[in-house]
Amino acid sequence: MTSIPHQPADLPKLHGEVDNTFDDPRERSPLVVGTHDFDSVTQTVCSIVERKTPRAWWIAFFIASPLAFAFVLQIGYLVTTGIGLWGNNNPVSWAFDIVNFVFWVGIGHAGTLISAILFLFRQNWRTSINRFAEAMTIFAVICAGTFPAIHVGRPWLAYWLLPYPNQMEMWPQFRSPLLWDVFAVGTYATVSALFWYIGMIPDLATLRDRATGRIRKIAYGLLALGWNGSSRSWLRFEKAYLLLAGLATPLVLSVHSVVSFDFATSQLPGWHTTIFPPYFVAGAVFGGFAMVLTLAIPARQFFGLKDFITMRHLENMTKIILATGMIVSYAYAVEFFTAWYSGHSYEQFTFMNRPLGPYWWAFWIMFICNVVSPQLFWFKKCRQNLWVIMTVAMFINVGMWFERFVIVVTSLNRDFLPSSWGMYIPTWVDLGMLAGSFGLFFTLFLLFCRFLPMVAMAEVKTVMPQSHVHAHDEHHKADFHGDSHHASPAASAATKPTDEESKKGGSQP
Amino acid sequence: MSDTSPKTTDTIEHDEHHYYDREHVDDARHIEHHRTELYGLLAQFDDVTSTVEAAKKVRDLGFTHWDVHSPFPIHGIDKAMGTKPTILPWLVLAGGITGLIAGVLLSWWTNAVDYPYLISGKPQWSFAANVPVIFETTVLFAALTAVFGMLFLSKLPLLYHPLFKHSRFRRVTNDKFFIVIEAIDPKFNRKETKAMLTTAGAVAIEEVHEED
Repeated sequence: MTSIPHQPADLPKLHGEVDNTFDDPRERSPLVVGTHDFDSVTQTVCSIVERKTPRAWWIAFFIASPLAFAFVLQIGYLVTTGIGLWGNNNPVSWAFDIVNFVFWVGIGHAGTLISAILFLFRQNWRTSINRFAEAMTIFAVICAGTFPAIHVGRPWLAYWLLPYPNQMEMWPQFRSPLLWDVFAVGTYATVSALFWYIGMIPDLATLRDRATGRIRKIAYGLLALGWNGSSRSWLRFEKAYLLLAGLATPLVLSVHSVVSFDFATSQLPGWHTTIFPPYFVAGAVFGGFAMVLTLAIPARQFFGLKDFITMRHLENMTKIILATGMIVSYAYAVEFFTAWYSGHSYEQFTFMNRPLGPYWWAFWIMFICNVVSPQLFWFKKCRQNLWVIMTVAMFINVGMWFERFVIVVTSLNRDFLPSSWGMYIPTWVDLGMLAGSFGLFFTLFLLFCRFLPMVAMAEVKTVMPQSHVHAHDEHHKADFHGDSHHASPAASAATKPTDEESKKGGSQP
Repeated sequence: MSDTSPKTTDTIEHDEHHYYDREHVDDARHIEHHRTELYGLLAQFDDVTSTVEAAKKVRDLGFTHWDVHSPFPIHGIDKAMGTKPTILPWLVLAGGITGLIAGVLLSWWTNAVDYPYLISGKPQWSFAANVPVIFETTVLFAALTAVFGMLFLSKLPLLYHPLFKHSRFRRVTNDKFFIVIEAIDPKFNRKETKAMLTTAGAVAIEEVHEED
């Protein structure tokens, strides 16, 4: 990459796609490739919602929605019968339900990382992926919240978890990590949903202004809240967005820390460790980014978003996966070291029991998926091959689920006294509800793709070179984003009659 | 939002009559069309640079009741418009402090005063054990203040606005930029303001009227 590519057409090709993964310190690589102006961004993103439902969408929907329906039926069966339908027993009183809960909450964290933390770090590449990553967060939290709610056994009394004045004259126990979870996950779900919705208002207004049918006009009109792009509103909008990002950042770190407290504050060998909060947070980001890639790669392929979710976006995410994967691997190593160094025989036994005990296969699946597979991302060729990326992402999705299985089940099944050891075997309801939660997640995601703007149009427009003010004499120079004014001729297509006038007018100060 | 009064359709149909440019700025024929109260002038710009330059001009002329509408936040527009910073961060700070106090009072009063009981030998009230809940209530209150404060200060939700009657204005959420100067502005003068906007580089100017 020795020459400075001024035009997107100059960028080299990679497997038939534009390669903007170069790192030339003299310029920034473009975040939007192809010849786009503001109108074509709107057109590309809105057309996903406006055109006829593609066949691939229906196929995916007919796979996901029956699973989601089965999930609802199984919840009904469980609630009316009792949680004995699960394989949970004594000593393994927490199993798939809690594994699924931690797994889904963790998935959500990558969405908040992209929307909040990368925003604070001014990682502008996040603009193309933040909307659907946030959607992923919300749907993952919905799946997560379902499991503890039904695990309480009598979910119609789940409101007892909330502090409200009641005729029993009782209050929840604020010293319990399970109650901290209620507050942490509840706040997280609320703030994530608000953050997502607020960020979507300008794009909903775009859909409103383009809507043709009456139902669409009313629905998007109500959702857009009468947004009219006023700069005074934009000022407050941007301020609110920044503040929410600042609030969501410590929040997301707190949520998985609190989830890890559920384990760490107990006295069970394998759970009672101080490394859990950072280890859980890193694992959550690791697993969440794998899920973002799992969704992003097919989405960009089927919905024609390759110009916005570019190879560079995918490569950046694989780098984050590699970094967080190394943190997770380090945490695994430290757990084993600490068990050995503690001289605590029960702790040592638990950790030997993981790779060599009855659930050895779960440990080794976790190890291969989470420690070995991301190492491929050290190689640029692997970071740029969609099949490799997708395969590793799938491995990590599996590996992160098994990580939680290893933590929860292998610690419980053999603790202090051999007389109270016991095996856990999942029932068909356990497996069905795991599959069902995936069905619910993908159903919600597919509905989102069909009815809401998948890419934050307004935000993407701000990272395009045309969105900046240029002094008139600098028009010929490459701008800050390393992109010359390739859009000016493209933009003129829509504004041909007025272009000349604006130039004349613009030259009169 | 059912505002398709005869006059509105009129405005849209005779779009070119309301299209002002430098050559036709003094042409006052079309003003007779309007019998309703004038809300203001809507001037369209096609790119960021001319919008910002025009905004600076409007600011320097001392207008107060005006706004720039754009599909995305324009970097530096606040300075170009002379907009004052928003008080939103202070509201959010107040919301956060309220959440903090609420969290402390809630956990302390419920567990140490109203319903004290011993569990696992933990003290009935210790700050450390209550930090997670207090932190979450702080974030929750602050985030809710940020969202609803932003909507309240921006006067949203807004179900009706005279600008929405103009088909031209629909592109404000797509790719066009608009400066709107309201008629209630003390500096507003139908003819002069129109001329000023034209020289500032507006590619089209329309009159916006309040609904009957």
